[in-house]
Amino acid sequence: MNVLFYAAAAVAIVSTALAITRVNAVHALLYLIVSFFAVAVVFTVLGAPFIAALEVIIYAGAIMVLFLFVIMLLNLGPEGAARERSWLSGKGWIGPAVLAVALFAVLARAVAGGAPGAAGRAAVSPREVGVLLLGPYLIGIELAAMLLLAGLVGAFHIGRRDLERGGPP
Amino acid sequence: MIPVPLSHVLLVAAALFAVGLVGLLVRRNTIFMLLSVEIMLNAAGLAFVAAGSRWRTADGQVVFLFVLTTAAAEVAVGLALALQLHRRFHTLDADAADDLGD
Repeated sequence: MNVLFYAAAAVAIVSTALAITRVNAVHALLYLIVSFFAVAVVFTVLGAPFIAALEVIIYAGAIMVLFLFVIMLLNLGPEGAARERSWLSGKGWIGPAVLAVALFAVLARAVAGGAPGAAGRAAVSPREVGVLLLGPYLIGIELAAMLLLAGLVGAFHIGRRDLERGGPP
Repeated sequence: MIPVPLSHVLLVAAALFAVGLVGLLVRRNTIFMLLSVEIMLNAAGLAFVAAGSRWRTADGQVVFLFVLTTAAAEVAVGLALALQLHRRFHTLDADAADDLGD
């Protein structure tokens, strides 16, 4: 029984649940960073140190900082939190909760029936990942590069100020 | 290394995915919706890495890298959209931009 795995998994699920229920976006972001750190611990337990490092550097580092930039840029303040609170109260939780519980039940049943074996018996080194990535998956790297370029151009275009006045410049 | 049953890791991934789904459906703020999508993508990546670890191949980790790339590209465009939404409607409510049919 791997105590580290179960502790990290519990931290990940609890902090993720806290993150989606916060009214303050920065608090939600901090809980989500805790969750990503816990998932990085899970990756280490599973023998994927390279992925654990990427989880911390790219998810908890780059992507969350991008969110932080946008939240700071919009400067929502206390009235934003009050509006969030009014949106979150009420019966809006029932439908999504029922759907998510049903989804989890289906997934749990599928996992219980057909996932034998144990994970994390041996580590997979970054070297093996790199050899595989630049060998059989080379076309995937090219496609990822094209996707990132498209994302960059798209984000630049959509974020432009002169789109505000309507119509193309 | 102490092994972990694969089914337990997949259950954790399923739980994280379900929590992300609740967040996506409940929140009306576009930033929180994007955060929930990140949670769900991360849960899918966890399932990939767990399966790769079970059969001791690096394929799962390679696919996680592709999931990471998709998440990065998606979040950049999504946050630009949130920024533009706030500029035009002075709110982050996703329902504010529903006048396409008018």
